[in-house]
Amino acid sequence: MTARYGIRLFSLGYLAIILVAPVSLIFWRAFEHGLHPFWAAISNPTAVHALKLTVEITLIVVPLNTVFGILCAIAIVRHRIPGMGLVNALVDLPLALSPVVVGLALYLLYGRDGWFGHWLLGHGVQVLFALPAMVLATTFVSLPFVVREVVPVLREIGTQQEEAAATLGASALTTFRRITLPAIRWAVAYGVVLTTARSLGEFGAVSIVSGGIAGRTQTLTQYVQASYENFDQTGAYAASVLLALLAITTLLLTTVVKRGDRSS
Amino acid sequence: MAIEARNVSKRFGDFVALDDVSISVESGSLTALLGPSGGGKSTLLRVIAGLETPDAGEVFISGKEATALAPQKRDVGFVFQHYAPFTHMTVWDNIAFGLTIRRRPKDEVRARVAELLELVQLKGLDKRYPSQLSGGQRQRMALARALAAQPEVLLLDEPFGALDARVRKELREWLLRLHDEMHVTTIFVTHDQEEALEVADTVVVMNNGRVEQIAPPRELYDHPANPFVMSFVGPVNKIGEAWVRPHDIELTHEPNGPAREAQVERIVRLGFEVRVDLVRDDGERLHVQLTRNEAEVLELEPGDIVYVRLRSERTFSETGEPTRPVPA
Repeated sequence: MTARYGIRLFSLGYLAIILVAPVSLIFWRAFEHGLHPFWAAISNPTAVHALKLTVEITLIVVPLNTVFGILCAIAIVRHRIPGMGLVNALVDLPLALSPVVVGLALYLLYGRDGWFGHWLLGHGVQVLFALPAMVLATTFVSLPFVVREVVPVLREIGTQQEEAAATLGASALTTFRRITLPAIRWAVAYGVVLTTARSLGEFGAVSIVSGGIAGRTQTLTQYVQASYENFDQTGAYAASVLLALLAITTLLLTTVVKRGDRSS
Repeated sequence: MAIEARNVSKRFGDFVALDDVSISVESGSLTALLGPSGGGKSTLLRVIAGLETPDAGEVFISGKEATALAPQKRDVGFVFQHYAPFTHMTVWDNIAFGLTIRRRPKDEVRARVAELLELVQLKGLDKRYPSQLSGGQRQRMALARALAAQPEVLLLDEPFGALDARVRKELREWLLRLHDEMHVTTIFVTHDQEEALEVADTVVVMNNGRVEQIAPPRELYDHPANPFVMSFVGPVNKIGEAWVRPHDIELTHEPNGPAREAQVERIVRLGFEVRVDLVRDDGERLHVQLTRNEAEVLELEPGDIVYVRLRSERTFSETGEPTRPVPA
């Protein structure tokens, strides 16, 4: 009994110190002087633009990585293509690699003297310090989630239902739409939630390639940092609360997804 | 011929699953592929369905070359060993699948599914999900699903393998009746010789990726082509060079002609059948099957000395060919 209470106390205490205290502090600081300053801070044009940009990037990145993730998982599990083992290992790279490194790599690639950047600039395409680079960076860091959720489920369901559909006359596309996709739908949903959360919170890679120009290429996370550095503490806390609320919403979606998963 | 496989070979890495296999299956027949696991029978079924591509050889379905044809275009119904139900669809949607993807009119689909539900005795269970069905019900659902689009050929991979003994027997009889009604050319895979002999009109015995014999059940049992078939389709004793079935051995208390002595070791009574284990004077063991009446007349007890006479036995040459029976 003592051991069980000990474990409970330890994990709750740990969570309180590491998670709950800092997040609560943010909320407290943001609303310290009431709703009005909070509202003023998040409705200023720079903050609104940062929020819009963050959502815009997420709305581009999530569909991209969802489609890629599903196709990649099918390739890894269903097709014995030489080199698929390497792909499987590479997919995890964004989890292991620091986003700062990713940002730097993109900087080198798409910069004025970079391999792609030189050519692209020559054709009038601005990648660095603009939306394309921010999308690229966010896509990179949030790439593994859908793949990692879908792969084990695909393995578990096996190929028999797909083979059965084929013998019943279903084309590959029909089989995917009617058999495979419904079977992996909760894994995909879970992966999408994680990808969304990761994209909303991305800071490291994006801060290197975006330039962080207020009102133009500044995401919400960068806005928090900029406000803080400019001694606009209320602004920083307010934007942080916004980020935290977005994260909490995503997490609530996860529990909905989990419930659906169990009932199916 | 409804189905023909000519010189089909298939390897999986180092493992030879099919080694120059040729079979032809008559239209409307019910054929069993019988053999031990790993003998190649499931692979042959999958090659016929188009789920595996053979390394060599050809497959014909209804006279048309089908070796490279996709499974979708073969017009075969396939029932998988574990039924492969579409887990997220109801029984109704499972059965209707082959029809809805062909965009058949709704009325036709409704009528056909209702007819099949009746046929496979799942009426009233159409709104359930596969996970809410018993093994036997799931099996019948898979069968209805395979039959929905009226395939020319029905292929069943170990259709009764995962069911308990009683349900197995029921389904076997039911499949036989179904086949009598529908006359769809059917091939089923089994490792159970009783099942093959009871249900099929032709049995293909396979072992190590090769066809050992193709024959009707009775001929297979009475005239096995080689020792493997002889021992696979029923219990057998090997005495020197001779092979004999346990029910082809006669026991007497008195020496009678060319009979040899043996001692009763064990007696097992299984209702109508009585099994007697004997040890002969040269140390060889014999398994004998008697009817209850025969056993009662003999009044056998363990330890008794009896005399053994072989009513019919077979011998095979070194190449496995049957030779003329010789007296023991």
